[in-house]
Order: sequence, then structure tokens, then C-alpha cells
Amino acid sequence: MNYKRLTLLAGHYGSGKTNLAVNMALDLRKTRERVALADLDIVNPYFRSKDSGRELMEAGVRLIVSEYANTNLDIPALPQEMYALIDDPGLSAVIDVGGDDRGALALGRLSPAIAAENDYDMFLVVNRFRPLTRSAEDVLQVMREIEEAGHLAFTGIIDNSNLGAETSPEDVLGSAGFAEAVAEKTGLPLVLTSVDEALYPALAEKIENLFPMHLQKRPV
Amino acid sequence: MAEKVLMKGNEAIAEAAILAGCRHYFGYPITPQTEIAAYMAKRMPKIGGTFLQAESEIAAINMVYGVSSAGKRVMTSSSSPGISLKGEGISYLAGADLPALVVNCQRGGPGLGGIQPSQSDYFQATRGGGHGDYHMIVLAPDSVQEMAQLTIKGFELADEYRMTSMILADGTIGQMMEPVSFDFEIKEAPEKPWATTGTGMKRPHNIINSLYLKPEKLEETNIARYEKYAVVEEKEALAEEYMMDGAEIVLAAFGIAARVTKNAVKAARAEGIKAGLIRPVTLWPFPKAYFEKALGTAKEMISIELSMGQMIEDVRLATQCRIPVSLTKRVGGMIPSVEEVLCAIRKAAERIGD
Repeated sequence: MNYKRLTLLAGHYGSGKTNLAVNMALDLRKTRERVALADLDIVNPYFRSKDSGRELMEAGVRLIVSEYANTNLDIPALPQEMYALIDDPGLSAVIDVGGDDRGALALGRLSPAIAAENDYDMFLVVNRFRPLTRSAEDVLQVMREIEEAGHLAFTGIIDNSNLGAETSPEDVLGSAGFAEAVAEKTGLPLVLTSVDEALYPALAEKIENLFPMHLQKRPV
Repeated sequence: MAEKVLMKGNEAIAEAAILAGCRHYFGYPITPQTEIAAYMAKRMPKIGGTFLQAESEIAAINMVYGVSSAGKRVMTSSSSPGISLKGEGISYLAGADLPALVVNCQRGGPGLGGIQPSQSDYFQATRGGGHGDYHMIVLAPDSVQEMAQLTIKGFELADEYRMTSMILADGTIGQMMEPVSFDFEIKEAPEKPWATTGTGMKRPHNIINSLYLKPEKLEETNIARYEKYAVVEEKEALAEEYMMDGAEIVLAAFGIAARVTKNAVKAARAEGIKAGLIRPVTLWPFPKAYFEKALGTAKEMISIELSMGQMIEDVRLATQCRIPVSLTKRVGGMIPSVEEVLCAIRKAAERIGD
């Protein structure tokens, strides 16, 4: 994966952006010294990148996140340090944009500077098994809503189709047609297919640009 | 939707409600249940239904009263503080014998509390919550699949008994994502000859009301309603039994607490401790018969709760205090760990000399 300075992940609520963002930040850290993961979600108070805070810290990834994430307070707050993404050109970062257009609203504050610098990728994360984005048409609508709210254009698609813990290799392979249809409908390239690392060996030879992810496991 | 999809528990409730024929949703946002409203806002306009974000929880529950009076399947949802606001309206629904579905995706309390999961609205749900003598049918899902299934069952029971059904979930079950299948057989909603649908000049007016000017009539209505409740208690109480074969230490837990407890019971059995779990699926009517039956082998019971101890009272009532019942709990949004529950089981095993 050839990372630009900024990699933004946006998409439908629950499509898997946060898991992907954590894994991409760790991947980016393998080749770059100064790496940050920025969480700009102002909608969802649960399942935040902060859940992986310790793993990121140990890997030397700086976490830029609202101090209220994962607390008992539900408040649409942005991280104090988010301007480092713009003001510090030596910093490479993965940006976890919130879900849907509502989640992408806060991105609009940064997008003029991101667009002017033009060293970014913004990927649309899709999951065929999410009920409101089952068709390429539905995905296209979500994509347009996000671009309108966040004032930034997507540059590629990441297929993260999964059924949680029940995902089989066939589920991933069976989603290829969907991912292609989304790519065609949106006019954007399919840049990655992301899977749980447990499925990686079974699929590595069958899918190009397969990205293995280490996922947070729930206790129950 | 024959193929499984990946959904949050809250989304599964919304989709199941639509599948059950509910075309009217009224609500007001509050974490951790806002996904229900968000999902309805997207889906209802596409299928000719009504989604309305009311000006308050109180307005929403009274809109439910209106639609139910007209004989249609209708629902609202909220989380703990919002359910308290709906209390008056829920009592009016009960007083007018109107079917409806109310979802409470519980968060920590009392007061504003916090947004993390809780089960501390058990008393409010099972004892009524609003004023007056009444009950709701209270259903407690422990998975995303069951969120869908019990939503459909909730509508069916509500229509059958002309009662409010409540889904008593918690923030964890509402927020977690799991695969879910919507391969359900849906029963047609029954005829509702009592509904205010217009007489067509062919019958007398139907009246939906909870006001009775004559105390004798009000007494008579209350007594008749409790005869109906007795039938519900007799026919609808439901629990899941897990490793109950010869169980000497019987655990009671519902919702997210039951998932933790299952793992602890399994671990205890692996250690040779005869532990088992009764998971109430209906909290009202409380599945007393399962607990009475368990007394055949049980020497101690432990109630596992995300509250300061509420269901434990029903466990004690069901077993008539014939064996010791203790409590293992976490509150404030915390969930007991498998290890904490296992510890409680081990201590009980020592006490009974297992």
C-alpha cells in the first residue's frame, strides 16, 4: 500500500472504519517514523479507536482523539490536537471520519487545507452485509451525502464486507461482484479488500490487494 | 432478506418492527438507542410509513396512544430517563387496553446517569413504572438475533392481550453488531373491532378512554384486567435453561449479564461444579415455574445483575426463600466479568460443600 500523507476513511455507519483505521495506522508505522491516528467521529460514543489506545501507544502511533471518547458522556467534541494534521506536514496520519454524512460533518473544517495540499486519499469503506448499503445505488447515495457534508472527494473504495465473527472466506469472495459494481457506479478504483487476519491465508491467493486486520475481540 | 446481514441490536429492532407490519414510529433521540430512530428515519419514508421525531418523549408516547387507538401497530423507543418521561403515557395505554411496543435500551442511572449499559430499570419495567395497577409484557433479548425475534413476538403478544409490550434491552445489546437473519414467519395482526376506525354508520361508536366516572365500574375494569394478566402469567412466561441438568448452584441472569454468566457456568462445569443458568426471556411474567422446578436439585441461587439487586427479589419470591439467594453485580455502566461470576460460583460451591 502506497500511503499518501493523509489517509481518510469514511463510509456508512458500522461499515468497519475504526477497525480498518487502527490496522492501517499500525501498517503505516512500519514505514514511517511519525504516525498519528485521528478520530474525528462526533456522533458515535462507542467502539472508538481509543479501545486500541494501548496497542497504538506501544507501536508508537500518536492517537488524536476527543478526551470524552469512551467516557460516560455523550458529547459531540473534537480532539484539541486535530489541527496538527494540517499544521505539521512531517506527520503522516490515518483519519477515522465518523459514519454517514452526519459523522463527516466535522471533516469540513479541515477539508479546504487537505484539498489544497493534495497529498491525501479518502477511501469509501463498504460492507455488503450492512442492511442499508446492500446495492451499489445505495452506496452511491451514501457516498454523495458524505462528500457533500465533508467537502472532500473520495479517491478509492475499500471492500470490508464481513458478517462479524461468522464471516467465511466464501462471504468475502461472494462480495467481489458487489465491490466491482460499487467501483463502476462510483467511478472509483477498488484499492483494498480487508479481512480478519484469520481469513487471510485462505484468501491471499484469490484476492488482489488483500489487507489483513487484527480485530478487537469482544469478551462475550 | 433471506441472507444474513450484520446489524446493531438497535437496527435489528427497527427492521423487525417493519417486518411485523409496524408503519408508525414516534421517538426522541437519546443514547444508546438513537440508531432505532435513525434507521426508521431512513426506512419509513421509503415504505409509506410514518417516522416522526416528536418534540419530546411525552409527545411521542401520546402519538403512540393515538395510532394504537386507530388499530395500527405502533412503537416508540427510548433509554432510561426517556422511559421515565413516557411513564404517564404508558399508564394511559394500560388504562385504555391499547397494544403498543415500547423499547427501553437501558443506560446507567438514576438521574442522567451515564451512557454505558445497565439493567437498573427492572423494577420500573416489571412493576409498571407509571401510576395505577397494571403490567406490561417485558421481554429481555440477549443477542442481536433475539432483538429481532422478540420485537416481532412483542407486537404479537401486545395485539393478542391488548397490552403494551416492552423490549427491556441494555446499551450493550443495542450497540453490538452481530449477524442476524430475518427469516421469520409473521402472523397477520388480528382484527381489532374495538378500534376507532369510523363506524361507517354500521355500528355504535367505539370509545378509547381510561377515565371512569363510577368507582364501581373502574373497580370492575381493573379486576377484569387482572384476570387477563393471570392468563398471561399462566401462558406466556418463558426462560432459557442452560446446563440445568442436576444443577446445585443455579444462576439467574438476563440480557448481557446472561451472556457473561453462560461462559462462567461452562467454566464452572469444567471444574466439576454443578452450576446452571436460568435466563428469563420474559421478565414479566416472571418465569417462576422454571425456578420452582430448579429447587429439585438447587442448594443456592445467585442473581447476576447490572443493578444494585432488582431481579433478585423475583428469584426469592419464585423460590419462596427456601434456599439462599445472593447477588453478584456491577453498576454504573460496568459489566461483571466471567471471572467475577466464576468466583461467586466457586464461593457458593465451597459453602454447599460441593
